[in-house]
Amino acid sequence: MSTLEKHTYDVIVIGAGGAGLRAAIEAREQGLRVAILCKSLFGKAHTVMAEGGIAASMGNVNSKDSWQVHFCDSLRGGKFLNNPRMVELHAQEAPDRVWELETYGALFDRTPEGKISQRNFGGHEYPRLAHVGDRTGLELIRTFQQKVVSLQQEDFAEFGDHEARIKVFAEMTVTELVKDGDAIAGAFGYFRETGAFVLFEAPAVIMATGGIGKSFKVTSNSWEYTGDGHALALRAGANLINMEFVQFHPTGMIWPPSVKGILVTESVRGDGGILTNSEGKRFMFDYVPDVFIDQYAKTEAEGDRWYEDQENNKRPPELLPRDEVARAINSEVKAGRGSPHGGVYLDVSTRLSPEVIKRKLPAMYTQFLELADVDITATPFEVGPTCHYVMGGVEVDADTEATCVPGLFACGEVSGGMHGANRLGGNSLSDLLVFGMRAGTGAAEYVKGLGDKRPAASEADLEAASRAALAPFHADAQARTGATAAPENPYTVHTDLQQVMSDLVGIIRRESEISEALQKLQGLRVRAENAAVEGHRQFNPGWHLALDLRNMLDVSECIAKSALERHESRGGHTREDYPTMDPDWRGVNLVCRLTPGTDTMELTHKPVPTIRPDLLALFDRHELEKYLTAPELAVLDSPQSPSTVEGEQA
Amino acid sequence: MSHQAEFKVWRGDSDGGDLKDYTVEVNDGEVLLDVIHRLQATQAPDLGVRWNCKAGKCGSCSAEVNGKPSLMCMTRMNTFDPAETVTVTPLRTFPVIRDLVTDVSFNYEKARQIPAFSPPEGVGPGEYRMAQVDVERSQEFRKCIECFLCQTVCHVIRDHDDNKQAFAGPRFLIRAAELDMHPLDSKTDRAVFARDEQGIGLCNITKCCTEVCPEHIKITDNAIIPMKERVVDKRYDPLVWLGSKIGIRHD
Repeated sequence: MSTLEKHTYDVIVIGAGGAGLRAAIEAREQGLRVAILCKSLFGKAHTVMAEGGIAASMGNVNSKDSWQVHFCDSLRGGKFLNNPRMVELHAQEAPDRVWELETYGALFDRTPEGKISQRNFGGHEYPRLAHVGDRTGLELIRTFQQKVVSLQQEDFAEFGDHEARIKVFAEMTVTELVKDGDAIAGAFGYFRETGAFVLFEAPAVIMATGGIGKSFKVTSNSWEYTGDGHALALRAGANLINMEFVQFHPTGMIWPPSVKGILVTESVRGDGGILTNSEGKRFMFDYVPDVFIDQYAKTEAEGDRWYEDQENNKRPPELLPRDEVARAINSEVKAGRGSPHGGVYLDVSTRLSPEVIKRKLPAMYTQFLELADVDITATPFEVGPTCHYVMGGVEVDADTEATCVPGLFACGEVSGGMHGANRLGGNSLSDLLVFGMRAGTGAAEYVKGLGDKRPAASEADLEAASRAALAPFHADAQARTGATAAPENPYTVHTDLQQVMSDLVGIIRRESEISEALQKLQGLRVRAENAAVEGHRQFNPGWHLALDLRNMLDVSECIAKSALERHESRGGHTREDYPTMDPDWRGVNLVCRLTPGTDTMELTHKPVPTIRPDLLALFDRHELEKYLTAPELAVLDSPQSPSTVEGEQA
Repeated sequence: MSHQAEFKVWRGDSDGGDLKDYTVEVNDGEVLLDVIHRLQATQAPDLGVRWNCKAGKCGSCSAEVNGKPSLMCMTRMNTFDPAETVTVTPLRTFPVIRDLVTDVSFNYEKARQIPAFSPPEGVGPGEYRMAQVDVERSQEFRKCIECFLCQTVCHVIRDHDDNKQAFAGPRFLIRAAELDMHPLDSKTDRAVFARDEQGIGLCNITKCCTEVCPEHIKITDNAIIPMKERVVDKRYDPLVWLGSKIGIRHD
């Protein structure tokens, strides 16, 4: 490997979506040399698909909003399984992170007073989402992209080199993290354009690779979402938590087949869209669960009035958290009340005029008109659930985003804990900003603390990484010599994997099916090892997919194993055989990790970090009864309990 | 309903290549990118193509379809006659890497040359106040998904490689206009930059860029023409010229 291309940096950021770019900007502003590695071209990351907005309690539209209300909403949305410290930091810091974007040049929609406008969204008590029409993610990516350019211009002025301290390596995929003993030493991978291998040596790696949706058949996620960061971190020794919690967004396009899964933003409902079944009924009123009964309207009339007068009315149940709405749609379709193509109807034309729809939801209007011949300003349209987000991810320290592997950090969708069992819409973009920045700081402090001691990758590890990456080119030869079974088409293996995950570990799960999935995953793993590619290494998508398959399989196994273990239904995990939420499971995080020195995945239970008494005191006792166990409530009630004292003060 | 359709897809790399014939299944409701994916999965696994969102939001799957710069994910197959042979080639203005993938680094270089947003002095984070009507002008240009279709179609660089040095292309002229129209950008010489560094004078407003823009941004009418007018105001207005000569006004 003596000819291997090598680059040395202080910090490597893997992923150039919102989280990765925010982290990179932070590390660079703290004086470190940073490389951003992105799987696609710069500026194409999946964040551009985010539509609705960034949740931050700025209180621009309703001044009653505060970080405390945002904290409570997020914890409720996550069914109290969230890492409470992350939820606290997130709610407290989101407004500053949004305001900061304006200083980078972002242009949000405005209120009449000229402040950043905020819109309603599912699970958020007040209008809270800073937005730009329905293309907020694009604005975020472009803003960060332009901020990176602005930092590069500063460096050019100072050093005569744009890339002196921050450089983007586009279309570059990391296949393995390399370590020196326990500590991170860098990242190994290939450039898509040439197929050449490259080593990035750095003591700190920030994982910001996003999600896993490409393991499912119907998904709103792009080709990049193959769980790379989850799998790389797992193989490097990190823990994955909460992997059973996968969010199916209730409203994806379902017709024509070509667009199945493409996201229909929650803003459609936030701005007044209603859901109806084939009988024309607004069925969501039948699906308000007990835990939310006090927060939602009981009649259509009240729900309708809420759009005009939020002080005296409760919000309509179309704005329940996403897990509730997705399950409700699933039930309606199952009961035979679905639309012709197996979904339900979403209608925004009755409440908003065509002009308002085109102004507030321009991308949705065009998307339906151009791809489905449907004019959403005039008629209802069909929607159904689509795999959208994974709540689970790499376990991190809430304040620094450090994992248990020294030098490895994670932020954004690839990290776990912040969203608990279910993420609220709008909390993803704010998550990127808050924890992206914190990961940048965390990594910078770690690197500064190392002094001159830099971990180094071993030749043997690099040879192994190179061999593994080239294996798909040799599958044919191995099969000919009888060393392995027949070569497989990676595209076919991928399609089969998606089918298994969608059919057997989808929205509604059963023990027998999950067990079947785990067996099938073993078979798919063998087939993936025999995935063969044609052609050469230069920009060869077949090869890239063959390598991504391993990551998708690792992640899918974590999801299935955790889903089998959790004997309850909560948020993004619904078990038909355990249909209710069980307070005894509320305090349990399921942790996946590789048994050190082996390829075996082990699953363990770990307590969810406790919610501090002063944070618990933000809730009504009546509400906590729905989530906590009797012993947990008893602690709350004991006279010595600080929570009671705090609660009375609050 | 499905049918077999004929395609010609350019295969090759920087050393050359040619159009290859393929017969691929096409189903109702599909877009061209679906067909290209089927081609990859069944006949040409190493066919190089960029794509990400498949929803017209990321601007990755740009190609020339029957010679017209288009996003493959937004090109519906029912816009072609089933008997028609559809030809798919890489963006002509940029060097080919492989098959439908081109080297678009030209665009990233041009992006880096534009002076960044310059925050207003004395206005802290959270204190920005702007009217919706004022931000909308710049917001139109920030809809740009950087598919670079306007760049590939623009004859100033499409047919004249030697203009690339002097001309930034429509995508970056709208970036200049966006910053110029930003209510709080504190730089005042965006038009001068568009003239001196971006070569806005080379554009002779044939509006090809506007025609191919998948975001329907009125590139020529709302960005380039107003910027050209600002250039003219600054450079050729006799009063401004006189003022600058006798020291009343400095631009």
